[in-house]
Amino acid sequence: MATEALRVPPAVSGGDGRDGHLGELRHDPIGLMRRVREECGDVGEFRLADRTVVLLSGAEANEVFFRASEEELDQAEAYPFMTPIFGEGVVFDAPPERRREMLHNQALRDKFMRGHAATIAEEVEAMVAGWADEGEIDLLDFFAELTIYTSSSCLIGRRFRDQLDRRFAELYHDLERGTDALAYVDAYAPIESFRRRDEARAGLVELVQQIMEGRRTGPAPVDEDRDLLDVLMSIMGDDGVPRFSADEVTGMFIAMMFAGHHTTSGTAAWTLIELLRHPNEMEAVAAELDDLYAGGAKLAPGGDPPGVPGDRRARPERLRAQGELAPGGDPPGVPGDRRARSERPRAQGELVSYQALREMPRLESAVKEALRLHPPLILLLRVAKEPVEVGGYLVEPGKLVGATPAISNRIPEDFPEPDEFRPERYLDPRQEDLANPWTWIPFGAGRHRCVGAAFAMMQLKAIFSVLLRGWKFELAQPSESYRNDHSKMVVQLEQPCRARYRRRSAGSWSTV
Amino acid sequence: MPGSLPAAERGVVVDGMRIVVDRDLCQGHGVCESEAPELFSVSKDGVLSVLNERPGQDLRSRLELAVKYCPTHALSVVEEEE
Repeated sequence: MATEALRVPPAVSGGDGRDGHLGELRHDPIGLMRRVREECGDVGEFRLADRTVVLLSGAEANEVFFRASEEELDQAEAYPFMTPIFGEGVVFDAPPERRREMLHNQALRDKFMRGHAATIAEEVEAMVAGWADEGEIDLLDFFAELTIYTSSSCLIGRRFRDQLDRRFAELYHDLERGTDALAYVDAYAPIESFRRRDEARAGLVELVQQIMEGRRTGPAPVDEDRDLLDVLMSIMGDDGVPRFSADEVTGMFIAMMFAGHHTTSGTAAWTLIELLRHPNEMEAVAAELDDLYAGGAKLAPGGDPPGVPGDRRARPERLRAQGELAPGGDPPGVPGDRRARSERPRAQGELVSYQALREMPRLESAVKEALRLHPPLILLLRVAKEPVEVGGYLVEPGKLVGATPAISNRIPEDFPEPDEFRPERYLDPRQEDLANPWTWIPFGAGRHRCVGAAFAMMQLKAIFSVLLRGWKFELAQPSESYRNDHSKMVVQLEQPCRARYRRRSAGSWSTV
Repeated sequence: MPGSLPAAERGVVVDGMRIVVDRDLCQGHGVCESEAPELFSVSKDGVLSVLNERPGQDLRSRLELAVKYCPTHALSVVEEEE
């Protein structure tokens, strides 16, 4: 590349101290990134101690970012705050070729989705089974716990999920809180959130260790109950001892669950908050669900060929052997139906087909709009390995390069009324997500687009199918008091973030 | 076919469909395979094979579902004259 004539990108104001803009990134990252775009345009720099970040926004610059190869822009070194969480040797991200394999291994493929949809609905039913006719929940606590159960059940297996309780969710939350941007200077700096992060990881290893010991001494599971943990425990090294320690297994599970946990949890909470802020939209979504589920439709397991014991755990090797999965589902109560075997409450409502789950334009648009306004990842990062040209500027090797969903998702030229919740922007013919593939980027874009996006959307639809048909919600705080806490790289709702629920009697949506 | 007259000059216009895959975007989810197993196959390690690049009209509706539900929008159909 002829890089001689290219200029270095302009730098944003401020950041004069030793640590540059690190303090601002730790306290008001969106303010900082917005200022970069205002002062510098599509390409501008800020500084984290001795590292420079080239921040991109807008379609043209984002396309360069998302189309770049691993050799140009590398992900592996861009997230130093993840290493102490996953453990050494568990990579944060992998090249696209490897991701394809992971997709296969992680039960995210389409043929497993039908089974996952039913699993998720059951997990929501189990969470609300203990609710009184009315009460109050904290949205962060509720959705963070729920999504621990759904992701462990779908990705690792039912048997493992059934051995988890709230403690796992609480420790996991401390891990997510341990993502201070200070990690760009020192990932092991002596601060409270890093100390709790390390304690939480040790606590998770201990929980997994106990589960593993229980399995070693307990009776062997019947074949169809085996989950990913059983598989990992059965792998022996050359020396005849188990290949994976509890620490390594925990690291793998943390890594598998990480990308889909806080992201889905936060999006569920924000979708509910925005729908409660916009009662007309809530009514449209509820009416859509009522129509779909009218006449006794079921969220059918669908993954099981008729007559085969109900099995919707993530055990790829066995599910794969079953071949094409039959559409539709087994009726409740067929032999082997898991709900009949376990202690779980039966689904109170009726369920719906997988195809119906794909066709929920109002709910899907509401989720997309919540994602646009409140993207769970606000800054995606790479490290430049070669000189890269972006918008007439030179990015020198060694610099961090960032794309920012928080800023790009609100570019007014692409998204009219950018700060307003307008789900109709996704309906035909506007389809602003498809029309702006490089700036509608809550899931990233191109080669590295989130492999769990389809799973996430299905999960959110399944969650709200259960919640909104059974319950009516209202905000328990002033509307403007719900906001994200941006002090960590993993964004979470700021607590308190409470909502009230009340059991819904049939057809009672619009009447209070 | 190489060397043959353009369709209009031959006096017959046959609508044909050609499947186009953007390999930069495909992640091997296998939705297309679920929708139209006659046309798509995704290997164990997630590599997509198009089994028939120019399917007949009888498969149009299934192909359209595969395109519509592809999670990465990696599929498109080019309408061609033969």
